[in-house]
Amino acid sequence: MKESRLIKTVLFISVMAFIVAGFAFPVSAKGKLKVGFVYVSPIGDAGWTFQHDLGRIALEKNLGDNVATKYIENVPEGAEAERVIRDLAKSGHDLIFTTSFGYMNPTLKVAKLFPKKMFEHSTGYKRSKNVGTYMCRFYEGRYLTGIIAGKMTKSNTLGYVAAFPIPEVIRGINAFTLGAKSVNPDIKVKVIWINSWFDPGKEREASEALIDQGVDIVTHHTDSTAPTMTAEEKGVFAIAYHSDMSKYGANAHLTATTHVWDKYYTKVAKDVLSGTWKSEAVWGGIKEGMIKLAPISKKVPADVVALVKKTEKMISDGSFHPFHGPVKSQDGKVVVEPGKSLTDQDLLNMNYYVEGVLGNIPH
Amino acid sequence: MSADTILNILVATIAAGTPLVYAALGELVTEKSGVLNLGVEGMMLVGAISGFITMAKTGSLFLAVVCGMTAGALMSLVFAILTLYLMANQVASGLALTIFGIGLSAFMGIKYTSVALNGVPELHIPILSDIPILGRLVFSYDILIYLSLLILAGVAWFLYKTRAGTILRAIGESPKSGHALGFSVIGIRYLAVLFGGAMAGIGGVYVAVAYTPMWVEGMVAGRGWVAIALVVFATWRPLRVMVGAYLFGGVTIAQFHIQGLGIEIPSQFLSMLPYLATIAVLVIISRDKNTIRVNSPASLGITYHPENN
Amino acid sequence: MGVKLLFKVEPRPVPLKKMRYLSPLIAAVMMLFSGLIIFSMLGKNPAIAFHAFFIEPVNDFYGLGELIIKASPLMLIGVGLAIGFRANIWNIGAEGQLAMGAVFGGGIALYFNESTSGFVLPAMFIAGAVGGMLWASIPAFLKTRFNANEILVSLMLNYVAILFLSLLIHGPWKDPQGYGFPQSILFSDSALLPVLIEGTRLHAGVIISFAAIGVGWIFLLRSFLGYQLQVSGLAINAASYAGFKYKKMIWIGLLAGGLAAGLAGVSEIAGPIGQLLPSVSPGYGFAAIIVAYVGRLHPGGIFLSSLLMALLYLGGESGQMNLDLPSAVTGIFQGMLLFYLLAADFLINFRFRWKSIPLRQGI
Repeated sequence: MKESRLIKTVLFISVMAFIVAGFAFPVSAKGKLKVGFVYVSPIGDAGWTFQHDLGRIALEKNLGDNVATKYIENVPEGAEAERVIRDLAKSGHDLIFTTSFGYMNPTLKVAKLFPKKMFEHSTGYKRSKNVGTYMCRFYEGRYLTGIIAGKMTKSNTLGYVAAFPIPEVIRGINAFTLGAKSVNPDIKVKVIWINSWFDPGKEREASEALIDQGVDIVTHHTDSTAPTMTAEEKGVFAIAYHSDMSKYGANAHLTATTHVWDKYYTKVAKDVLSGTWKSEAVWGGIKEGMIKLAPISKKVPADVVALVKKTEKMISDGSFHPFHGPVKSQDGKVVVEPGKSLTDQDLLNMNYYVEGVLGNIPH
Repeated sequence: MSADTILNILVATIAAGTPLVYAALGELVTEKSGVLNLGVEGMMLVGAISGFITMAKTGSLFLAVVCGMTAGALMSLVFAILTLYLMANQVASGLALTIFGIGLSAFMGIKYTSVALNGVPELHIPILSDIPILGRLVFSYDILIYLSLLILAGVAWFLYKTRAGTILRAIGESPKSGHALGFSVIGIRYLAVLFGGAMAGIGGVYVAVAYTPMWVEGMVAGRGWVAIALVVFATWRPLRVMVGAYLFGGVTIAQFHIQGLGIEIPSQFLSMLPYLATIAVLVIISRDKNTIRVNSPASLGITYHPENN
Repeated sequence: MGVKLLFKVEPRPVPLKKMRYLSPLIAAVMMLFSGLIIFSMLGKNPAIAFHAFFIEPVNDFYGLGELIIKASPLMLIGVGLAIGFRANIWNIGAEGQLAMGAVFGGGIALYFNESTSGFVLPAMFIAGAVGGMLWASIPAFLKTRFNANEILVSLMLNYVAILFLSLLIHGPWKDPQGYGFPQSILFSDSALLPVLIEGTRLHAGVIISFAAIGVGWIFLLRSFLGYQLQVSGLAINAASYAGFKYKKMIWIGLLAGGLAAGLAGVSEIAGPIGQLLPSVSPGYGFAAIIVAYVGRLHPGGIFLSSLLMALLYLGGESGQMNLDLPSAVTGIFQGMLLFYLLAADFLINFRFRWKSIPLRQGI
């Protein structure tokens, strides 16, 4: 008897609970352009995602009431991403930015299902009618930071914590090395791959290993502030990436290659609003204001800063290309003939190290 | 490779092994009492974020360690109530604890994502720290590393030199006879589980406050599972736990160093080694009745029903 | 008697069988109530939050499809594990067995990439099943031959398998045209599961999961072997007295889990993922343990609990998208669900009595 009462009570409570849970509260839609952003890591206060979020905030500010933005952070690459992107499209977002390489196939899959929605995928190489791609010429900034590193190193050995051996990262390593070698021919660059975009633990361990092996300037193509913090702790210099990380390394931080999306995101949203958007492969650099150096540390001598500024200007007006011949690959083969520069296509397919980089690209 | 580099690798290895020393020592005591708690990863994470928040708010390492320990112990209390009082299955309860802890720590840490701390300074003991090589290798770590060794010595002394330790081990071997001798099996196991939680908590604090002084979701990154492996690898002996922790920690460090030196071994091979070594040890000690009896607590993982006596 | 609180705990003369089926309900209700508290604490209207978490993800056809896709590997693995758990064989290595299934099945897909034969898919599933079972046979062999604890061995092997998959994707199985990014080529159509319902991602793999529920039902509840498993699980000694071979039960218990996890691995890569990635499962192998437990090791219960667990996953994403709830809430819900269940199970064998209440006769 007691049990049947127990059963009844439990059943009653569960039915009530699910009824309460089932209250419908429709979300009201407004006549704005809804823009969705998919981020691979938490926004935090520095790094890849942080920069993209600055761009999102600028877009909201610039276009005011005409847009409403929404972001989903920490979305793993792969099958889960597809659902998140689709949910954004389904919930009325007409323009969706997917900001990590691993979202490429999911973005294309969802775009096929929603031919009227517009998608912009960052750092990828596959486009379709309603999927555009966009990225920065990070290598331009890398070359400039290489000049600083080449001048500031005493051990002539530079350390590079790298994520995945894809052309984008390899290009950065090469540009950094060329920049350093342009002012210091004895430069060697040590690279450690951690196979992750964002893993502060591994980034720290890799930076520490590099420093322990005699590197006196650390730079990185990963997301966190860990390399800068490790350099600060170990008393060596750091050149950061993505964001100005000087507050994580007051003494270590020399400068950073940063990327700025404010103008680009605003322009794309405007194009969508005016109906002129079309799928493109956008690749902007210093000239477009998409690549900027963070303020350079006072520890860097004025003549070096002047050289950096001068080179920056030359890259911007097109009179200088970081991959300007002669460039030799690691095994001494000439990969860029004297007087020539690499084409965009060559840059996009880069799969070799230039002279001065140690080790091999993992395969 | 220069002598300096080798020294650096050794020093880095000690730091990498320290969270494992803490967590595995805690799990060792828990398992010695006959309880298998698979929730180490979850407890470490909750300890890590609790210590991290305390450190960010107060700047006091002492308070951070205390809060981390308390948080770890509270997590283990949930496990203890389930398995000891409500007699639930230990494997399922431990897994639930890990899943819960991963979620809870991420939840607590939302406002602290990627906030950075200053880290824990290395001690500088006058004269001693300046001795060449030895000073660097022995006398220049942060205080939490020395604390881990102190606790290690304490646990070894407790288990093998005190009456209470003997009782704890006896209960892990045979709760029935422990009960018959008039000891509170459940009470002692509660204490052992709570100690395990508190140690996992400090292990977490070490990761988030000293080793990588920032908060990232899931940053304990599997160390809790490695700690469980380590207890088995060390055949439930405290000193071997320490050696094993530095070996396992060294594997992580070695991955990056050999890359920097241009040696090409896929990092995955090295990462597999601790797990494979643990399986090998388990097979060796389990293969006959004597070695298993000498090494592993006989009642490990078996729920104790007091009324069955 | 053990601990005494305000009330007295005493064993029931006869285990309360109904409680076995009530405690999952109690657990679900308690979880919802805890959710109410959590949502209120976060300053969200609980009704809206519940709607976003539990209704929004499944309020259309696509969402229901997603629910079943997500539940599919959970129910498949859950049934496989339940067979072992009934015999008290604790296989917690399903995550690794799933990865090995993906390695074997994916290997077939990559090797026969050019083939348009209808045999590719069946071959993948057979290979995946073999892979999962091979991996599960290691703890079975070590347990039966060397008496090594299957909990610890299967746990360790998870990591070995996941690292092995990662090794292949970073090495020989990397897409040569993929710009060095660690992912395999996209499978050709002959290696992909067909979509069952247009406009959803619901793929044919779910048929296997549904079939597993049926087969598991017959095996566990209608076959002599299933009965033997249960007996050997309840009392090892009694079973060996009855002449049942305990070693055989160990093999069956572990291989069933490996088989199911291997099939689930192939289902994932040939279904929603469509290629091999370094990570093919967001922890299905571990979540399935909860599913099996909450489902009372009964195929019908596992079916329901897998849907509930899947809803918690989807709810986490939806809550993040619609209400800016942290996605970590999912883990908290899943953990609590199992906590409450384990706690409620206590009432199967025990009852509480207030000290002041006089003893009554009967139950």
